[in-house]
Amino acid sequence: MNNYYESVNSGVFYLIVAFVLLFITAMCFVFLIKSYKAGLAIGMDKKVLKKSITASATFTLLPSVSILLGVIALSGTLGVPFSWLRLSVIGALQYELNVAQIAAQSIGLSGLNLAELNIGAFVTIALVMTAGILGGIFCCIFFLKKYMNKLNTRPEAENTKATEEDVQKGENRSFGAHATTAMFVGLCAAYIGSYIGKVFPHGGSDYMPLFVAVVAGAVMAVFEYLIQKKNMKSLENFSLAASMLVAMAAAVVVNIMV
Amino acid sequence: MNDKQKFFNDFNESLHRLGRFTLILGTLMLVAVPFVIGMINDTMPSLAGFLKGFMNVGAIYIPVAIVEFLVYAPMLGVGGSYLSFITGNVTNMKIPCVMNSKDIAGTESGTPEHEIISTISVAVSSIVTTVVIIIGVILMVPLQPILQSEALIPAFNNVVPALFGALGLKYFMKSPKIAVIPLLLMTLLCIFVPSMISQTSVLLLPAGALALLIGYVLFKKGKI
Repeated sequence: MNNYYESVNSGVFYLIVAFVLLFITAMCFVFLIKSYKAGLAIGMDKKVLKKSITASATFTLLPSVSILLGVIALSGTLGVPFSWLRLSVIGALQYELNVAQIAAQSIGLSGLNLAELNIGAFVTIALVMTAGILGGIFCCIFFLKKYMNKLNTRPEAENTKATEEDVQKGENRSFGAHATTAMFVGLCAAYIGSYIGKVFPHGGSDYMPLFVAVVAGAVMAVFEYLIQKKNMKSLENFSLAASMLVAMAAAVVVNIMV
Repeated sequence: MNDKQKFFNDFNESLHRLGRFTLILGTLMLVAVPFVIGMINDTMPSLAGFLKGFMNVGAIYIPVAIVEFLVYAPMLGVGGSYLSFITGNVTNMKIPCVMNSKDIAGTESGTPEHEIISTISVAVSSIVTTVVIIIGVILMVPLQPILQSEALIPAFNNVVPALFGALGLKYFMKSPKIAVIPLLLMTLLCIFVPSMISQTSVLLLPAGALALLIGYVLFKKGKI
């Protein structure tokens, strides 16, 4: 296991990740500068452009800290550099863990279990995680231009406004938004069902996954109460990562006590 | 077509060219990472494992990616879309950030002004996230011996249950009507066919399909 940790936390791996992130950050700067200049060229107020930069930066600070907590949660199994890469660009915590778990099982492991992981398994898991999330990127490369042109030729009333308002209110009139939710409901049902199944003895029951899931769910319920009933919307950014970290800490405590 | 619109069309065209080029390059880099790490450690990804894993992952996430692309691209605009889909955290960060900037700047969707504001917004958001995480990772390096200690192994071995416990609560509360049957069926299946427990990746597809079907029926009946 120590070899595994050393390999997935090696200095070279940090450098590789830093190089990729440098490229993507440079890409962001190029888009930022081009758009800023274009804004000035079409007569937009400099103050408005600067205000949108400041607003975006401040808006992003808190969610970024919550992403950092996600890096901590992932780093124990996949190492710091890969977690850093996945959550700085392209990924999201929900996706990463689920896909890593699926990939681990696909190569014959019982899951993301530290005792079973080795560098060979890691590179396969990393490749599945990378390839599995490229759908959105491929859509952009191949279809974005056609899609945007098509939208721009549609009458204004049919255009994007309805979609935006719907998504903001969480009331998308098409089945699209419901489809994504339903898919995730099914996904969660499969995992929770398996944790309940593990409690029933078939040559050694394992209560820990269910215990951790219940603690995470309970903490999330508290967050949801504060967000929905007490209108503490800023907690939304932290609810997932904080619920996970509390549940993971509970696993450590119970393991020491039992 | 007036000068402003012509300038904006040319600008968008240049964003498409730049976006495609950088996305292809970025994708190649991201895909290369596992191979480079493998080469350094004298190993390579397993093709059979990759194909099996990718089929399971793709069946779930490719439709999700297409839906997200169709719904979010109009809000993000040209530049915003290219940047968002490579920098990630689209739903939980980029979309709210763009909406916030749009409100502050007072721009209308579909206008050149909105396109520019949303691109600026996504670019700044991505840069800030990268900086915050770099600072966090630098601070994490000295903590590595603690993170790798034996005492914390139960925590990291249960990171997936922690995720799905929290997400499950959120999604089940959001759509209890969709959740009941898949949850019950999956639980019974895992209790009575214990071999399924270690094959959660196989269970995901029927569970997702069943939830999707129930969701569609409820949607058609106007119950969600």
